[in-house]
Amino acid sequence: MDVNILVGGAAGQGMDTVMNLLGKTLVREGFRIIYTKDYMSRVRGGHNFSRLRISSQTPWTTNETIDLLVALNKETYDIHRSNLAPSGRIIYDSGLFQLPDEEDRGVPVELEKLAVEAGGKIMSNTVAVGALLAMLGLETEVAGELLVEMFSGKEGVAEENSTALKAGYKVASSHCRACFPVTRRADNSKKMFIDGNQVLGMAALASGCRFLSAYPMTPSTGVMNYLASKNGKFPVVVEQAEDEIAAINMALGASYAGVRSMTCTSGGGFSLMVEGLSLAGMIETPLVIIVAMRPGPATGLPTRTEQGDLNFIVHAGHGEFPRAVLCATSHEDAFYRLNKAFDLADRFQIPVIYLSDQHFADTHRSLEPFDYNRLVYNRYFATEQDIEKPYRRYTLTDSGISPRIIPGKFSGEVVLVDSDEHDQDGHIIEDGQTRKKMVEKRMKKNIALSAEMDEPDLYGDPQPELLLIGWGSTYGVIREAVDALSALGKKAAMLQFSDLWPLPQKRLKSLMSQVDYSFCVENNVTGQLAEIIHRETGLVIDQKILKYDGRPFSSNEIVEEVEKRV
Amino acid sequence: MFKAEDYMSKDTAWCPGCGNFKIREALAECLAELKLSPDQVLICSGIGQAAKMPHYIKTNGFNGLHGRALPPALGACIANRKLKVIVESGDGDTYGEGGNHFIHNIRRNPDLAHFIHNNQVYGLTKGQASPTSDPGMVTGVQTGGVAIPALNPLSLSLVLGAGFVARCYSGEKEHLKETMKEAISFSGYALIDILQPCVSFNKVNTYSWYNERVYFPTIKDQKNWSDAMKLAREWGDKIPLGIFYKNPRETFTSSFKFLEGEPLAFRSFDPLDTSVAQDDFF
Repeated sequence: MDVNILVGGAAGQGMDTVMNLLGKTLVREGFRIIYTKDYMSRVRGGHNFSRLRISSQTPWTTNETIDLLVALNKETYDIHRSNLAPSGRIIYDSGLFQLPDEEDRGVPVELEKLAVEAGGKIMSNTVAVGALLAMLGLETEVAGELLVEMFSGKEGVAEENSTALKAGYKVASSHCRACFPVTRRADNSKKMFIDGNQVLGMAALASGCRFLSAYPMTPSTGVMNYLASKNGKFPVVVEQAEDEIAAINMALGASYAGVRSMTCTSGGGFSLMVEGLSLAGMIETPLVIIVAMRPGPATGLPTRTEQGDLNFIVHAGHGEFPRAVLCATSHEDAFYRLNKAFDLADRFQIPVIYLSDQHFADTHRSLEPFDYNRLVYNRYFATEQDIEKPYRRYTLTDSGISPRIIPGKFSGEVVLVDSDEHDQDGHIIEDGQTRKKMVEKRMKKNIALSAEMDEPDLYGDPQPELLLIGWGSTYGVIREAVDALSALGKKAAMLQFSDLWPLPQKRLKSLMSQVDYSFCVENNVTGQLAEIIHRETGLVIDQKILKYDGRPFSSNEIVEEVEKRV
Repeated sequence: MFKAEDYMSKDTAWCPGCGNFKIREALAECLAELKLSPDQVLICSGIGQAAKMPHYIKTNGFNGLHGRALPPALGACIANRKLKVIVESGDGDTYGEGGNHFIHNIRRNPDLAHFIHNNQVYGLTKGQASPTSDPGMVTGVQTGGVAIPALNPLSLSLVLGAGFVARCYSGEKEHLKETMKEAISFSGYALIDILQPCVSFNKVNTYSWYNERVYFPTIKDQKNWSDAMKLAREWGDKIPLGIFYKNPRETFTSSFKFLEGEPLAFRSFDPLDTSVAQDDFF
């Protein structure tokens, strides 16, 4: 079973509403789905579309080929008709526009008219969901339940939507009831329907993050929205800062004062935070920064995806100080990986940057519930017995990590942090000897930090001849490419990095000595991970498969490139 | 019980005669008289001569980046509402580099006291104009004299809705100390713009220049915004000192009900308590 749906229209026509209702309905019905968004940086007009793929196992990617096209406007049909399968069908608003005479795949549903009859134009999307359910051979009960939940406290609205849903269902049924029947899964265990930003927000909450200060910036804003929605239900404060400079400095103040803190942004905002990043390194105050990448330079493509900021983020900040840079291969991985980011930040008293991207942030998947017992929560604060009095914030130790206490916790003891070079007490110094000791103290943390970096995921042939190397959100698509290459008889494998810095090298070195061909697959124009690998290990990756049009890879693109070059 | 000397922690790097000395003494005396132990107080600062205060007064200290004294102070207020948070920085740090934070934190109204050492010149970088330099002041950069009007921090903060607006002068230490005590005890954002001669780089606004001009007006109603505005705008032959405006409003942290009680920083946490958050997505 593999059904691919595309819903398209202008910004402001409410694609998100359709997809959320449809997605959640399908997941509750026991199907596995992925839902991706392609949207423009505008609030009205233009062309936005979403893809949803239904399968018996959660798909890693969406398909180019469309089985069911929902055209909220004529433009959607014009743009996507070439990708419609010969057996495909088009739900279109026949009250607003007509398809060409030669087009015989149309399913006319007067979305807007039926919505108005049910109570309002705004419910056109609900009519479309009803029509889709009919064509998938499903009933409307589950969607009806969801509408009641979504509009709890507004019974009238729920009722009207339910009428709209059934109206769409009825009309589409008269044209092609169950023309794309989806077979029910036996496994009816509860699954979540959730996007990347929501996973990160939930992971922050579950890691004890109590303060998020950020300035809204696509595609990271969903993390802010998620945590803000928990205000009052959990003791977490979300503050919209006046700018990104304030955001990172607020978070550092809260972290210094003892609470787990975080900020989130995209590349442009992170540029403004860089001085604060350096401050975190100097004052050795834990901080987690989520950077959701989008194509740059400057404002770039605000709502598109890229992996163009790796080099920047690994090296950002004046001066030398330790940091960790992590990303995740999947939504599942992201939940535990962000928890690890918080743990590393506290344990090593360093800034930890978590790299996300638009593709990951905005993609919904059906997921198993998370295993909360796997989460680590340890603040690594010193007890009163651990510290020498008077307390010194930067006591020199073998590991470079000084005992840290919460200001105001122990009577008579004060905590002084300083962005100037400082002595063990935190006071400004200028003498060379103390400076040298403090630089060495900070950099020493890299030894134990490096040992905490996970080796990249290996998938595919255990003795590969052909190795595809990637990082982060390209996991799913490279994995599909490896499957396709294996089906073509190639001994192919994928090596996908999650922990990026300090760069884990062991598995990479051992594999590189065995393979005949190595490819880096990256959503950027220079092959930034390949460069870092070269700088850190001397290893040269033979080939680069790069994509920088702001869109995620498809597995076909990768397979074609590999075949061309092997 | 702490005495003022107990707060004096280190030799300073200030020039002899610097207005900062009296501000430091006033602060130490103020903390002692308020019976605040060093571990209950946090001083946040940016960069500059004034911003060295966390090194010279023994309390908790966050000596951060230039212009960025307020944001960490706000973060600390949220993390631990029991800390008495004081922000100390200069005019360049606060009104220039940190202007955006100045504006928006007055709007937020966090419970902190903001003491600006306003010497109307850049000291640490050796004598350039600051946002509060009077027009006409000649410097190595403003060679033809400062050509733009001075920023008036008091009228600006009144317009933005600050609940406590005062001007002090480091040459009037007793008045400064008493005003600091009121500012620290005030619920919400409290600003004291402290006039402070810079003996090395400001040859215009000297001790004698201030001594000839400062006076203490009679302020009948500290809740009268229009009267406060008139005083805030008085500058030239006569310069008024005092608490021009004092009128508390809801503070930033009081809008988060769950911050009441045990400070966030001291609360326990178990990840399992948050697993219920998954229910939104089934």
